[in-house]
Amino acid sequence: MISRRDFLQVSMAASALLGSSGFGNWARLAAQQSLTQDQLLQFDTFGNISLIHVTDIHGQLKPIYFREPEINIGVGDNRGAVPHITGADFRRAYGIEDGSPSAYALTYDDFASLAKGYGRVGGLDRMSTVINAIRADRPDALLLDGGDTWHGSYTCYHTEGQDMVNVMNALKPDAMTFHWEFTLGSDRVAEIVEGLPFAALGQNIFDAEWDEPAELFKPYKFFDRGGAKVAVIGQAFPYMPIANPGWMFPEYSFGIRDENMQAMVDEVRGMGADVVVVLSHNGFDVDKKMASVVTGIDVILSGHTHDALPEPVQVGQTFIIASGSNGKFVSRVDLDVRDGRMMGIRHKLIPIFADVIAPDPVVTKIIDEQRAPYLDQLTEVIGQTDSVLYRRGNFNGSWDDLICDALLTERDADIAMSPGVRWGPSLIPGDDITREDIFGVTSMSYGKAYRTEMTGEFIKIILEDVADNIFNPDPYYQQGGDMVRIGGMGYRIDINKPQGERITEMTLLKNGEAIDPAKTYVVAGWASVNEGTEGPQIWDVVESHIRNQGTVTVAPNNSVKVIGA
Amino acid sequence: MEFSRRDTFALGAGAVALTMLPISASAAAEDAIAEFTGGAEVANTGVTLTAPEIAENGNTVPISVDAPGATAIMVLAAGNPTPGVATFNFGPLAAAQSASTRIRLAGTQDVIAVAKMADGSFAQASSTVKVTIGGCGG
Repeated sequence: MISRRDFLQVSMAASALLGSSGFGNWARLAAQQSLTQDQLLQFDTFGNISLIHVTDIHGQLKPIYFREPEINIGVGDNRGAVPHITGADFRRAYGIEDGSPSAYALTYDDFASLAKGYGRVGGLDRMSTVINAIRADRPDALLLDGGDTWHGSYTCYHTEGQDMVNVMNALKPDAMTFHWEFTLGSDRVAEIVEGLPFAALGQNIFDAEWDEPAELFKPYKFFDRGGAKVAVIGQAFPYMPIANPGWMFPEYSFGIRDENMQAMVDEVRGMGADVVVVLSHNGFDVDKKMASVVTGIDVILSGHTHDALPEPVQVGQTFIIASGSNGKFVSRVDLDVRDGRMMGIRHKLIPIFADVIAPDPVVTKIIDEQRAPYLDQLTEVIGQTDSVLYRRGNFNGSWDDLICDALLTERDADIAMSPGVRWGPSLIPGDDITREDIFGVTSMSYGKAYRTEMTGEFIKIILEDVADNIFNPDPYYQQGGDMVRIGGMGYRIDINKPQGERITEMTLLKNGEAIDPAKTYVVAGWASVNEGTEGPQIWDVVESHIRNQGTVTVAPNNSVKVIGA
Repeated sequence: MEFSRRDTFALGAGAVALTMLPISASAAAEDAIAEFTGGAEVANTGVTLTAPEIAENGNTVPISVDAPGATAIMVLAAGNPTPGVATFNFGPLAAAQSASTRIRLAGTQDVIAVAKMADGSFAQASSTVKVTIGGCGG
């Protein structure tokens, strides 16, 4: 039923023109000539309903680079299953040519040279062009935003999300669910949500005191589309008060609540829903498990874990769509819904090549208005980079290595800790590092850089705790981030061991000595979920470090030994 | 910009002495079940226990139990120093044999619900609730 043709013809067209001439010598002009907006948008309209899915934009108004992960390990039943394959394995699984536009968009290899050839990705004005084109085919297409939208940039931080709200409103979404939005604090979230011109959904957003559905967020909304009743159920990030500071939104409780999801599916079916769509911020593996537990969901539009998949994954009768992050992709999903059920699905993951897709001037203007008051601050050049700076990967990324170096140096610490978040654009060698770039990988409402003392024993407890949040074989116990990034210390991790036994060989890198459980170490870190954390903002620490370096070079990081992958 | 040791802060609640490793069921929990059932066979269906997979706050974890036809449901936190949480008794006029409460968990552990049915049989359900320090959501 699902064909690779729709997506793959893009890569085929490009590779036919350019041949397999190897890497590193991509001419930008040739790359762009090989790819046209029409090719990217080409879609044989299907059925009677279109869904447009965007998710995890993380405040990225403008085009950026974004390197996909090299290391993304699956555990338990998900070992070796998508999205836990990367690089050449990923290309082989989907029949993607090396060096093609799809290879650049979906895999990490040869990133710097492909980035020079194909250019930046994303930008909400480019997304708008794609959304408008889909709406030209299907005027009543539903635009659904999976959340992590009002977070992640300099302007988003300083306007408390207003920049993203203003621009997204111009794109006219029909519904949205949430995660990092809550780190704006519950008062600010309420202020924005009360004025939203579209539905704010989350069947799992509960009042913490009464353990009842929160009034501000509805579990679902009905849309009449193509002669059918479409029910869209929201699923917010389940572990918000655990992974993020719960003290910022103490009124709310979350959780997966799959028994309530089943009740909501049954309720909307009882009310005559012809098709049930879940707009989810669970993360991909959690969505797969939920699809196996809850019956009656036709489509899950999956967010949170930032995976981009060129085909839906089918679990039972449910199709799961993963649409990437940071504005890099838009998914179009056409459904054939007749006689009270979904009869067919056609899908395309559309990469937003910023040099190929024309910006929508209406939205460009709104974006520039948001940025104008801050332009001098945004564009100030702090340094340059000789290395690809990226974040994604289970154990480390070069951006995080740089941030950990900044913490060790600027805060005079033995060991540095940086959170395993998955957002933040990449830079390529030769790029300037601007203040906007630093905020792109550090911006948050709890970014203070602490400096404290911890025993070796407590450091191990932290590593074991975080590792189990990623590598617990049951997806319902996974929180969807990556391993906490460590500077100044190496360790060995056996991902298949139970909590408490995964981490061994913890070594202080500056003297090669084993970490002593009883000894105290000075630890610098940021993004503590604890109230009252003190210290300078992490972006100031990183800026100071980059200024001192001038040009940044990040050496390969071999300090984590991974067993059992 | 310069930073000094003065910027040091206290980790605060992060340093609390949470036991991070799963606590296994204690002999006390097994004894409590044996006492409740009188050593009778316990079925695995007939009682529904709803608990979060990961506790948002280990000090107050909302749980609910539902066992149609039960005369009593006992709830245990198997890894707590004192496992007994509550026993709910249902009279013949009770409209539903369900209850909810909040419990305190000393660490990651199993919560167990054992229901005594009107016919004298027993049923059990258990659920692992994780207590974590969290903090790294993507």
